[in-house]
Amino acid sequence: MSRGTRTPWWAPYLFIAPFAVAFCVFTAYPLFESIVMAFLQTSGPKRSEYVGLSNFSWMWEDPDFHKAVRNTVIFACGSIFIQLPCSLGLALLLNRPDIKGRAFWRMIFFAPSLVGLAFVAILAGLVFEKNTGLLNVALHQVIWFDPEFPWLQEYVMPALIISAFWMYVGFNMVYFLAALQNVNTDLLEAAQVDGAGPLHRFRHVTIPAIRPVATFVILLSLIGSFQLFELPYLLLNNSGGPDNQGLTIVMYLYQKGFDWGDLGYASAVGWVLALLLSVFAIIQRILSKTEVA
Amino acid sequence: MFRKLAVYTPLTLFAAITLVPFLYLACSSLKTNDVFFSSPFLPIDSAWWDINWSGLTLDNFKRLFQEAGIGRAIVNSFFFASTMAVLGTLGSAMGGYALAKFNFLGRGMFTNIVLTALIIPGALLLAPGYKVLYTLGLLDSYAGLILPGVAPAFGVFLFRQAFVSGLPTEMMEAGRIDGCGEVRMFFQLALPMVRPMVGAFLLITYLGTWNNFIGPQIVLQTPEKYPLAVAVAQLRGPYGSEYGMIMAGTIVAILPVLILFLMLQKDFIAGLTAGSVKG
Repeated sequence: MSRGTRTPWWAPYLFIAPFAVAFCVFTAYPLFESIVMAFLQTSGPKRSEYVGLSNFSWMWEDPDFHKAVRNTVIFACGSIFIQLPCSLGLALLLNRPDIKGRAFWRMIFFAPSLVGLAFVAILAGLVFEKNTGLLNVALHQVIWFDPEFPWLQEYVMPALIISAFWMYVGFNMVYFLAALQNVNTDLLEAAQVDGAGPLHRFRHVTIPAIRPVATFVILLSLIGSFQLFELPYLLLNNSGGPDNQGLTIVMYLYQKGFDWGDLGYASAVGWVLALLLSVFAIIQRILSKTEVA
Repeated sequence: MFRKLAVYTPLTLFAAITLVPFLYLACSSLKTNDVFFSSPFLPIDSAWWDINWSGLTLDNFKRLFQEAGIGRAIVNSFFFASTMAVLGTLGSAMGGYALAKFNFLGRGMFTNIVLTALIIPGALLLAPGYKVLYTLGLLDSYAGLILPGVAPAFGVFLFRQAFVSGLPTEMMEAGRIDGCGEVRMFFQLALPMVRPMVGAFLLITYLGTWNNFIGPQIVLQTPEKYPLAVAVAQLRGPYGSEYGMIMAGTIVAILPVLILFLMLQKDFIAGLTAGSVKG
């Protein structure tokens, strides 16, 4: 076959053009610019002053930044150690061959993730209200829970983790459910015949089969958790909440960059965040490589 | 029997936890402010069966459109999400097509760029992106929100995978021999071959844009331009203590996409898992 003779040379360039242009203008150039900006102190997009490394040293010493990092890590742990196991549990239940109405259950569990974070935050603002909020009223009726439990005053992080749990538990379940299709049922049956108990089969047959998707979901959760913004920002009325209890890294970035107008400092925060995330990505890559070997 | 109970009890419990907030939202939006806190769901007088029907009203929705101008925000959201979905899908499909089906100088470089761009956190681009939009004079305009998203790396990557496995090169050769132009070939031959990905990516982008808060919050300054995510959050200023209004606004904002996506959930879920499970 005479390959390529009839292909005009410009065709691939025409097709890649939208990506190339948008990438250069709105990703590559800003990325380059943000390296420069990280060493500047600015007020608004117009005025700026070179300050060397002092953006980073200020961050290193700012107790608010420490709080933001701590809160973000707590939230990420909540996602990975509470939410994901529940997602996997639900997926295992729905994956049973004798389950009735699988699509129906999946639809219900999946629905909250269609609601935007901003709207979940607005709804959560009412649900977690002291005295009158749905959660305290319901818990009081069912288990005599303290109706004055101060979620949004003293327990902001648990409130955030619960909100995110409601929103994403079904979303992550969908990934696990898809991954469970890769589990070799012959192998499961063979293990059963050989007398392996359910826990044993889960550990040695199911887990290895879903491992690639599981590491992907964990990485996705980490990246999402580390960029948490809308939920606390709107739940706590555009602030970090009492005592900055709900301040996250991206909220901190937003406050410095857009409330204070120091885009230089915000860029520096952005680079620290990117560095943290790339560490996770590298760890994930190493982990998935050693599994293959 | 016991086994069945062990499976369906947790499922039912989880389903209840999932659905109760939706019920709460629906009930709240129908209550007048006077009876708002009389009970969590429908307003009641003395006991839970004694429903106070006079405490229910559609006033919140009426005022939302007449006073708060939510109609405008709906139009904005619809425009923003549709434009973004169509342009984003087109740009991604074009990019993926080029990387999957052509040998050209720079193909390896572009593929590496796409793979690298996938892991750049969006938050890193907030501050410098704002400055670029300022320089280009695109602040407070929908162009400033839409242009950066015309060909997301994520989409280019997904379409590249789809074209590699879904479009036989022989078909393109045959098309060229028949004298089919390159542009026509892309639209009439290539795109139909990856129709499931086109549908899934349209849906993902539409939903993501509809729910996007931080972008419009940073870029737009004129309240008349706000999409629903920002407009509903802003309701808490003038209507801070009128919970019924705020809940009605939230319903108006989420109901259209909720219905649409539950109807199309099969394609949607296929799109979500396309990038991960197939690897």
